Amino acid sequence: MIPIVSVKPLIAVLVSLAVIPVLISARKPNVREAWTFAAAFGKFAIVASMVPAVMAGRTLEFSITTLFAGIAFKLEVDAFGLLFALVSSFLWIVTSAYSIGYMRGLDEHSQTRYFCYFAAALSATIGVAFSANLLTMYIFYEILSLSTYPLVTHHQDREARSSGRRYLLYIMVGSIGLVLPAMVIVYLLAGTLDFAAGGLLAGSLSAVPALFLLLMFVFGFSKAAIMPVHAWLPAAMVAPTPVSALLHAVAVVKVGVFCVFRVITEIFGPGMLHDFGYGPLLCAIAAVTILVSSFIALSQDNLKRRLAFSTIGQLSYIVLGAALLTQSGMAGGMLHIAMHAFGKITLFFCAGAIVVATGVKNISEMTGIGKQMPATMGAFFIGSLSVIGLPPCGGFISKWHLAIGTIEADQLIMLAVLLLSSLLNAAYFLPVVYRAFFCTESESLFANQIKEAPGWCLAPPVLTAVASILLFFYPQPFLGLSRLAVTRILGG
Amino acid sequence: MSSQIPAFIIVVPLLAALVVNIAGWARRSLCFPTAVCALAAAWISTIIVMLRVSREGDIIYRMAGWDPPWGISWHIDHLNALILILIATVALINIVATRSTAAQEFPDRLGIFYCLYLLFVTGVMGIVITGDVFNLYVLLEIASLSGYALLGMGGSRASVSSLNYLFMGTIGASLYLFGTGYLYIATGSLNMVDIASILPTLENISLIKVSFVLCLVGLFMKMAFFPLHTWLPNAYSHAPGPSASLIAPLTTKVMLYVMIRVALTIYQPDFAFSQMALQDIVVWLAVIAIISGSILAWKQDRLKRMLAYIIVVEVGYMAGGFWLGNQTGVTGAVLHIVNDAMMTLCLFLTAGAIASRINADAFKHLQGLFRRMPFTMTAFMVAALSIIGVPPTCGFFSKWYLLSGGIEAGHYEFTAALIISSLINVLLFFRVVEISYYEPFDNHQENEQQGIQEASLDMLLPLLATAGLLIVLGFYAHSLVTWIIEPAVSSLFTGSL
Repeated sequence: MIPIVSVKPLIAVLVSLAVIPVLISARKPNVREAWTFAAAFGKFAIVASMVPAVMAGRTLEFSITTLFAGIAFKLEVDAFGLLFALVSSFLWIVTSAYSIGYMRGLDEHSQTRYFCYFAAALSATIGVAFSANLLTMYIFYEILSLSTYPLVTHHQDREARSSGRRYLLYIMVGSIGLVLPAMVIVYLLAGTLDFAAGGLLAGSLSAVPALFLLLMFVFGFSKAAIMPVHAWLPAAMVAPTPVSALLHAVAVVKVGVFCVFRVITEIFGPGMLHDFGYGPLLCAIAAVTILVSSFIALSQDNLKRRLAFSTIGQLSYIVLGAALLTQSGMAGGMLHIAMHAFGKITLFFCAGAIVVATGVKNISEMTGIGKQMPATMGAFFIGSLSVIGLPPCGGFISKWHLAIGTIEADQLIMLAVLLLSSLLNAAYFLPVVYRAFFCTESESLFANQIKEAPGWCLAPPVLTAVASILLFFYPQPFLGLSRLAVTRILGG
Repeated sequence: MSSQIPAFIIVVPLLAALVVNIAGWARRSLCFPTAVCALAAAWISTIIVMLRVSREGDIIYRMAGWDPPWGISWHIDHLNALILILIATVALINIVATRSTAAQEFPDRLGIFYCLYLLFVTGVMGIVITGDVFNLYVLLEIASLSGYALLGMGGSRASVSSLNYLFMGTIGASLYLFGTGYLYIATGSLNMVDIASILPTLENISLIKVSFVLCLVGLFMKMAFFPLHTWLPNAYSHAPGPSASLIAPLTTKVMLYVMIRVALTIYQPDFAFSQMALQDIVVWLAVIAIISGSILAWKQDRLKRMLAYIIVVEVGYMAGGFWLGNQTGVTGAVLHIVNDAMMTLCLFLTAGAIASRINADAFKHLQGLFRRMPFTMTAFMVAALSIIGVPPTCGFFSKWYLLSGGIEAGHYEFTAALIISSLINVLLFFRVVEISYYEPFDNHQENEQQGIQEASLDMLLPLLATAGLLIVLGFYAHSLVTWIIEPAVSSLFTGSL
């Protein structure tokens, strides 16, 4: 079908950038936050308004300028991009509310700067989701790296500086050292960088160069945190919790896997990877990351660090889904972007709420906290279930698809990996919940009276926890979008 | 009348230089307006010339109507029209941006300063516009001498560094002069087109080869191509701000232009690239320049010195890109000449703006700068990202052509050097960012009360405009390449001049 030429994608990208001058000049925090909300709601509304057209099988596109011969700076909204944009823009609304509670609750400095860079990061995220070619995606990817740097290093202390160094080092070395040359090579081979359903490079590359290029991309997009380029993510946990929640569980890291996904499916193409037998290789890389990160997560006492290692593992689920190269596998990977986002953001919100209410960061100091913060820990429980992949939570749906995908691809080892990983997830999440609720009076470190975090901090995790459950019963439009996207990729 | 427009480019700044010098004695307040008007007029002329070239093709302008090879002729094609606009733009932005610092630094020598400023601009414009190899030498000396004087105006250290530059520069210019001498012996002509048509008919190849190498080494010296760069760091970092931000963006870039012109227009691509067999050597030299320049930049503890070494690295980019010998590489080199001039201008203006407030440029004095000078540092960040090569800033786009040129030519070592240097640039600039963003630690509340102490508006606005231009140039890089640089490069390669 003919694409619709529409300026909507561009507005969706720019709307959060456009409010930055307003945010800077706003004199009162309330005015500033009101504008943040306006931008967040506006962004979500525009993204959501594109759902009907995309569900009907159309794409929307908008070309801005030509960057090189054969490469335009171009936005294109397809099902996969829209799925990711829906998740990110919706969760930005929730996170904005949470940010108010968290930043004011802890009386953080430089809040204006914080909200500005947050808005910029969201612009870049939507930009990645709506990119029509590799170079456009790369541009937004880099903007995202740079706009999150001041957020990661928000505290401006020694720890922030060293984490910032690590963050920048991993991400820039990956993007400049690996992705950039790989992109130039692809351009010299194909004469363009446009995403193509069957794979841009299909048929134009022999096995060994293809392997090198593939690995350059997979490890170059280090935001996907595939081991061994994962170490920046735990370090980035030094950021304020809303940043960890939205950026390091949803936007930034999923931009990484989104890019890897696009490269696997639309630059190389399932056909080529299947012929060369690189699907199982990628699966193996993902499987190692899934298992190793889960084992490391078991040993982390700092709650945010445990969540970070859990995220590393869950991101590789998505890479695994793409690497299975089958219908259900890819659909499962795409769905996991959405399902994991709702589950993991809930967990981070809870971790932040605990800090705001009690100042506690380590799991060993959380004995009995469920009595003081029952709603928070209840949300934490639901978030855990979703990430583990148990019904009645959204995480089950994506994991189910992934499991079916492994059978379709005839890779039963990967099925075993998924099951083992689920067990490990349960092993590192459920003790937190158990410890919080089930303990004797004498063991409990908290008073037996309810004292939750302020409303702005409490409502968001409860909301996302409820959403996680609802997604189990009503997985639309994510399910429909992922099926559409997979159909397009597999050319059926 | 309109056919005389090319002459304005040279004549207006030259006459204005005299007027300004007189004004410096009579009424000092007239110096600045006169100079700005002259540069603005020159700028407009360069735009008109560019439009004419793109509409009607090359302009051949005969000074006072004398025909070559006896008279002086100017030959303006896409390439030098572009460089002319670049020079005029840099000179105009810089003169506006440095008005207050110049008045501060040279209160009683303002006439001389602006006179030299205009003479320098006249010189580099002339170098670019002329079609005569000996004229080029004369104009080179005009530009260089006024350049030495401008750089030396900043106290004793600056004078010593400038003297060193003078020695080295004179050697370079002399080598070039020897080269043209041999050319004259071989061909009996000094006109570029004339020489180009005679050279292929000559038997005595070795004489031509000697002349080529002499010219080339002379130009390498003038453009600070590693290891002939030693004059540059001191000369640029000790110089007074207003001079440094004029000369640093222009000198090396104009010399690169001359190299391209001499190699491709006079000697022709076939001779320069195939018969001389210098390509591999020069590309490897460029690789060494890029890597060692980056390492030297890392060892500096002052902002301006670091920037000076970055120029050495960038010269490696451009020289290497040109000597790849394919159209992509030369396109990248030409585009990078434009981009790098603007980036260097932006960085040196930032250094000037910082110096106008804290009067020091050692890294340790830059603490807390992001809070005190947020706009200046924003401009600095944009330029830094452009040097690193992060899209959508312009530096990315020229780097892309250079990278592809390297791969196409099979010079993977050059591509690798570009990537490594980009990564080192990340370290270089984020070191500055860290110092100016974090320290002093742990007293945010106190810092927040310090308030903003930005540079004056007449400095800040041109600075921000330059930073904005870096992004605009990025978005319009493709247009620039298809409208101007590709016609220029392809005519250089087919030798249609």
